[in-house]
Amino acid sequence: MLLLQVIVGGLLLGAIYALFSSGLTLIWGMMNFINFAHGEFVMLGMYVALLVVLWVGGGPAIFGLASAIALFFLGVAIYLSLIRYVLRGPMLSQILSTFGLALLLRYTAFFIFSANFVSLPQTPLSGIINVAGILMPVAQLVAGIVAILLTIGLHLLLTRTTIGSQLLAVSEDRSAAMLMGIRPDRMQALAWGLSAGAAGIAGALMAISYPWSPSVGETFGLTAFVVVALGGFGSVPGALYAGLIIGLIQGVSAFWFGPIYKDIVVYALFVALLWLRPQGLMGKA
Amino acid sequence: MKQTVTLRNAAILAACLLIYPAIFSGPFYLDIGVTFLLAAISASAWNIVGGYAGQVSVGHSMFFGFGAYAPLLFYTLFGWPPVLGIPVGIAASIVLAIVIGVPTFRLTGHYFSMATIAVAELIRIFFGTWNLVGAAIGLQGPATARGWWDLTFRSEIPYYYIFLAVLALLLGLTHALECRRFGYSLRAIKAGERAARSLGVPVQLTKIRALVFSAIFTSIAGSLYSLKTGFIDPESGFGILISVQMVIIAALGGAGTLYGPLVGALILIPLQTATNTWFGGGGSGLTYILYGGIIVLIARYEPGGVFEIWHRLAPQRWRAKLAA
Repeated sequence: MLLLQVIVGGLLLGAIYALFSSGLTLIWGMMNFINFAHGEFVMLGMYVALLVVLWVGGGPAIFGLASAIALFFLGVAIYLSLIRYVLRGPMLSQILSTFGLALLLRYTAFFIFSANFVSLPQTPLSGIINVAGILMPVAQLVAGIVAILLTIGLHLLLTRTTIGSQLLAVSEDRSAAMLMGIRPDRMQALAWGLSAGAAGIAGALMAISYPWSPSVGETFGLTAFVVVALGGFGSVPGALYAGLIIGLIQGVSAFWFGPIYKDIVVYALFVALLWLRPQGLMGKA
Repeated sequence: MKQTVTLRNAAILAACLLIYPAIFSGPFYLDIGVTFLLAAISASAWNIVGGYAGQVSVGHSMFFGFGAYAPLLFYTLFGWPPVLGIPVGIAASIVLAIVIGVPTFRLTGHYFSMATIAVAELIRIFFGTWNLVGAAIGLQGPATARGWWDLTFRSEIPYYYIFLAVLALLLGLTHALECRRFGYSLRAIKAGERAARSLGVPVQLTKIRALVFSAIFTSIAGSLYSLKTGFIDPESGFGILISVQMVIIAALGGAGTLYGPLVGALILIPLQTATNTWFGGGGSGLTYILYGGIIVLIARYEPGGVFEIWHRLAPQRWRAKLAA
């Protein structure tokens, strides 16, 4: 029974991993570009949620939306001021740009918020419900379900709408898309906004039930790499499955081997994956 | 002509570095000198694979950490002189380089960056839980020297000259490689992998050899660090900021140039000392905000680093001088 509970807890956390990883995979698939600062976006989403709760008040719907919007605009701003210029540059500047950005965001957060762990004050989503003997905190359950719905929503946005087709067109052939009247810069800025927004809202959802400090961004960034590597690069459904799998593996390995080993198991899985199946589970060879 | 200029520059540089301790003999300046040399060694080692071959590793601290742990580990376990651990660290780093290089070099450069950061983090967390290597507390070296072979000195001056010798060896080897087929292959890979392959460059093998060479010297840098400080823990051995420093120094000076890392270290180490003095240590994180800002600015405006600016400005100045 305890194991079952651990599994459910892992899957609920995995749903949030899936949400922020889908943002990373979107950028990767579209621009063949790795955002090393993606975990920092999640961390910033958590602090935005905290600030909104402290200054404005309101429930998860309000601070979740606030995190998503704030990070959306941050993502657009970063694309327009930095990424646009390095996209066509050498590999070194592509990697350095977001790597430097990650340090800048992480240590600015250290400077402003200090290294102490913080958590959100009690939200309306408190209490524990009992489903067939499995005890689940309401906050985690709601956050997990919302995260899955949002990930599916992102997938539908990318596959079933005009905006999605335009994004895909830009990633397939930039010049051809331009000839069709699509502005690539605008679409790529939108993709960065969506990617960062997904990370932001995932951060807000996570903030409801977990304490955090500015250094969590590094862990989340690496987790997102592993999820994307497992799910296949550029695939949002892949990120959803892989996120759930990683959450599950983390939960179970923390339960069996002890909490400090949960990240070791996940990173070791990543290295094994690079050896055996670098294109990911769902990816094409 | 070009060869004599290079020789003259190297001679001037060597002379300056050799007499530095005689001029700035205070412990503060000696400490800056030793820190500068160590940073220059690490960044030059990174430069082989990150600069010349264009394979950007952001987890080089794994080699640094292996090199740093090995001497103190064998001292702690068996009481060996720490120096004997250096080859063990090198061997471990070579194995690690091959384990990471073989799968990731088949893929595009991003995978290599990602894999290096994940492996470095994996090892850091693992060492933090492993009791044999002191877990989170780390390891200590000999408090006082049992003999000269412990390489534990009160003064900074012996360390300064040992580090200088290693740096000279590394730069000499790098220069020798630069002029050989291997060096040309590396630059061909950086310029265009597909083109290099079509011209018969064994891309995969060359990259792995570059990584192994780079790992060996990064490991030596780590050993020198732990010999000097006599202490190592997971954060100071495998921490991400160790890797960051190598990347930023090489990129600031000019990645893929012989003296780039030296120039980068010459700018960054005094700057770091200054910010630490003004803003009170690394606790506030201001130094790293500065690092992040510098990296972003290099990436956005000048991926070639200071050397690139120099190469652009120098001809103009000469032209002005000739016209006058």
